[in-house]
Amino acid sequence: MDHLNAVGRSVLRPDGLAKVTGRALYLDDLPENGCWHGTTVRSPHPSALIVSIDASGVSDPDVKVLVAKDVGPRNSVHLIHDDWPVLADGRVNHVGEPVALVVAPALARAQAAAKAIKVAYEAQSPVLDLEAALKGDPRTGGRLNVLAKCDVGRGDVEAGFAAADVILEGEYSTGHQEHVYIEPHGVIASPTIGNDGTFAGVDVVGSLQCPYYVHKALTYLFDLGDEAIRVRQSVTGGGFGGKEDYPDMIAAHASLLARACGKPVKIVYERQEDIIATTKRHPSLVRHRTGVKRDGTLVAMDVEVLLDGGAYITLSPVVLSRSVLHAAGAYSCPNVRIHGRVLATNTPPNGAFRGFGAPQSLFAVERQMDEVARTLGLDPFEVRIRNAYREGDVTPTGQVLKESVSAVAVLERAKTATRFTERFAENEAARGARKDDGKPLRGIGLSVFWHGSGFTGNGERRMMSKGAVRLRADLKIEVLASSTDFGQGTEGIFRQIVADACGVGLDDVVVHTPDTAAVPDSGPTVASRTVMVVGGLLSRAGAKLAEMLRTFAAQQAGMAPASVVLRNGFFETERGRTPFADVAKRYVTLHGPLDATATFEPTPGSTFDEATYQGDAYAAYGWGADVVEVEVDPDTFVTKLTRLTTVSDVGHVVHPVMCAGQVEGGTLQALGWGYLEEMKMKDGRFLNDRMQTYLIPTMADTPDMETILLENPTAHGPFGAKGVGELPMDGGAPALLQAIENATGYSLSRLPATPERIFEASRRQKSS
Amino acid sequence: MAESDKPASRFSRRSFIKTAGAGAALAGVSAEAQEKKPEFLGPDASTLTLTVNGAPRQVTVEPRVTLLRALRNELEITGAKEVCDRGGCGACTVLMDGRIVNACMIMAWDAVGHEITTVESFGTPEKLSPVQAAFVECDGYQCGFCTPGMVVSSTALLKRNPNPSLDEIKAGLAGNLCRCGTYGRIFEAVGKAAKNMAAAKPAAGKAAKKGE
Repeated sequence: MDHLNAVGRSVLRPDGLAKVTGRALYLDDLPENGCWHGTTVRSPHPSALIVSIDASGVSDPDVKVLVAKDVGPRNSVHLIHDDWPVLADGRVNHVGEPVALVVAPALARAQAAAKAIKVAYEAQSPVLDLEAALKGDPRTGGRLNVLAKCDVGRGDVEAGFAAADVILEGEYSTGHQEHVYIEPHGVIASPTIGNDGTFAGVDVVGSLQCPYYVHKALTYLFDLGDEAIRVRQSVTGGGFGGKEDYPDMIAAHASLLARACGKPVKIVYERQEDIIATTKRHPSLVRHRTGVKRDGTLVAMDVEVLLDGGAYITLSPVVLSRSVLHAAGAYSCPNVRIHGRVLATNTPPNGAFRGFGAPQSLFAVERQMDEVARTLGLDPFEVRIRNAYREGDVTPTGQVLKESVSAVAVLERAKTATRFTERFAENEAARGARKDDGKPLRGIGLSVFWHGSGFTGNGERRMMSKGAVRLRADLKIEVLASSTDFGQGTEGIFRQIVADACGVGLDDVVVHTPDTAAVPDSGPTVASRTVMVVGGLLSRAGAKLAEMLRTFAAQQAGMAPASVVLRNGFFETERGRTPFADVAKRYVTLHGPLDATATFEPTPGSTFDEATYQGDAYAAYGWGADVVEVEVDPDTFVTKLTRLTTVSDVGHVVHPVMCAGQVEGGTLQALGWGYLEEMKMKDGRFLNDRMQTYLIPTMADTPDMETILLENPTAHGPFGAKGVGELPMDGGAPALLQAIENATGYSLSRLPATPERIFEASRRQKSS
Repeated sequence: MAESDKPASRFSRRSFIKTAGAGAALAGVSAEAQEKKPEFLGPDASTLTLTVNGAPRQVTVEPRVTLLRALRNELEITGAKEVCDRGGCGACTVLMDGRIVNACMIMAWDAVGHEITTVESFGTPEKLSPVQAAFVECDGYQCGFCTPGMVVSSTALLKRNPNPSLDEIKAGLAGNLCRCGTYGRIFEAVGKAAKNMAAAKPAAGKAAKKGE
């Protein structure tokens, strides 16, 4: 039967029919049912004291205005540290910081009232980028304003440098990247009123990735019990990390307004507000000092990672940790020291974005390896394959890579699929013989990278996520998990995993919408953990459910449990087979619905010491190699992507088409970051705060793509699957810059590689 | 390019003052009144009749309201999405007299007298249009937020060019942005829809030839 053995096949997604017909209801498509509308008054200053807030000009009698004192004693977004105010209290630390909230029965009335609110500020001198932050922050008495630190190391770095034939230094930097999820942020908060007529809690529906993050933030904000807050996900139009942290803020705003007016309150950001106010990818500055032998073997790496955290801590400590843990790249080196810090600036807080710190540090190490290759006269493949991790190698945290290590395999495959070495050499030769004839310059570039699946270190152990399945009265098996689908296909993947784990057909499985009142906390939908970690929980829960039904079927038949199997939708015994639905029906008629739950179980023997940052940083790693081909116009320095070849090992592939879709879409975002996407800032204000001025790749920018999936299964994921979501964000930018260098001879160390930057590099190189 | 297919120059925010009179006439204001003096509309809401998916629909909106917001907020036709509100992403694409337009760049008043067609009229989950069916089969979407606009633009592209090359698909849909980056699947979907539509046609084509 064709619906069986679902894992590994590209079955149709369940959400397609509603999406292609325009019937899928996203947040702003939901019926409003008399809800009121909220809007936000924001700071125009990057750093200022709030002298006064005067709302006396608001004449609309229905309008309610909230300022910091109305929030209550817990005026912060409850993430890692409680330093991020829901409403600015006394001072603002970035342009766009929320200062006051306004609600009215109609959006236009709320906006008119917001305009009538006068806020007086006393501007202070701001710190606007990493360069300035390194000179000290006035808010911390001129000292460095460090939001987070992380150090990792192994071996003896000084001895390594002493043994090196060549020591190279390099400095690499990247700027902000905006998520541009196509659906802007939006939330509706409906108050619940207690028996005494007062505010008793809130029911929130929103475009979000992590319902339990919002739940935790709101129970903290209002100091209410778990039951008082309910958070549901609406159909969500993209996230990429951008809807991991910020929904806590917008849900807090809508909920406070709902408490104030007693009505459901909707807040939907218009695109410009979304870009001005919400989190971005951390800008970075990474310094490398690398010791190598003449043959290219790494002997010492000293890396400093600096991230611009923006105004508040938000998720920066964990972003930094992932950045540091990936900073030495997919390479074995006996002596490594990585020193990471996040510094504060007066810019909007930077937060989660696909890759979560790893793309920045992997960009730097890959460009540094290009520098090594250039200096030693090796080609980029050669220097990479010589140092790439093999099974049994040890990472900077002392983790022994015991299984599912594919750095060499992805590199080899990328090389043969593209004839990399020959073509790199051909382009180098062509450049030497180049005539000034205006013909485009051809380049090819290669990168190799790794990405840890799941939370870093003890993260999963601390969370102890749960996943459950339920046999319902209608004989469907329902998946209960808080993992959200915001385009990646969570819903479809979960159906496949549970169908196979139970031994039933895909049509027998349905997925409950993430809702804190109905599903257990299976953790946030982040960190490439959905398939590997939550899928693993559901696979175990499904097997447990099947086991219970099998036992029941055996009892009914008067047989030993071991003599019954549930397979391909049938209970099979030596006497014959019974359809799953028949047994399920008998079960629910006698006993009602049946639940099975699984809780996270750490791998036996796996440890991570947070004090020394030594141990198993991740249960498994995805591996990738990208080859990017470009044509650069020799007169305008405009880069055109001509071909992209990706080779990825994400373990056993659950759904080949969707998996390839993740790889292609993620790599396109990485390439956009590499040459198109640049947030320009003046006086702390983003200058290109619209989709007309912040450019993302279009169809016209999309190269021909070859997407190769190698399957090197892990013991740590269901059916051998590892995480795929973030890996593709890691390798596009460095491969692209190497390709531009191969084409033009100009070496860039800063993203994005705009025509202006290539021009600057050409001037620099010609003058030196 | 997609832009050249849009009758954009005639219908912009700026053209409102020029064309409001025509809109008013269609909405039932007497022609005589119009000849005598210019009709000033707004700032308050007025009632007008839009033709949406073949049916007359009345909305009462201020002159500053776009066609997109009239569709979404007044008529609760929510397939077209508001994403950039500046005609830069294609998520609000609808057909106006059969040609693609960004509904966020058309004032509701400017749409009076024109046939507006939205994704809702193309097919239903039970009976998909060929383009919609191809998007489902080829996984031509991820989050789905740009998908209604993508479906409308693709349908219009195939109407004017039933057998587009890859470059023609890229050029024809370059105004529709997908941040999930699933463009490769969309190329496949449009190609597949073209093939399926061509395969469904020969019957009519042959009949016509016989008649010759």
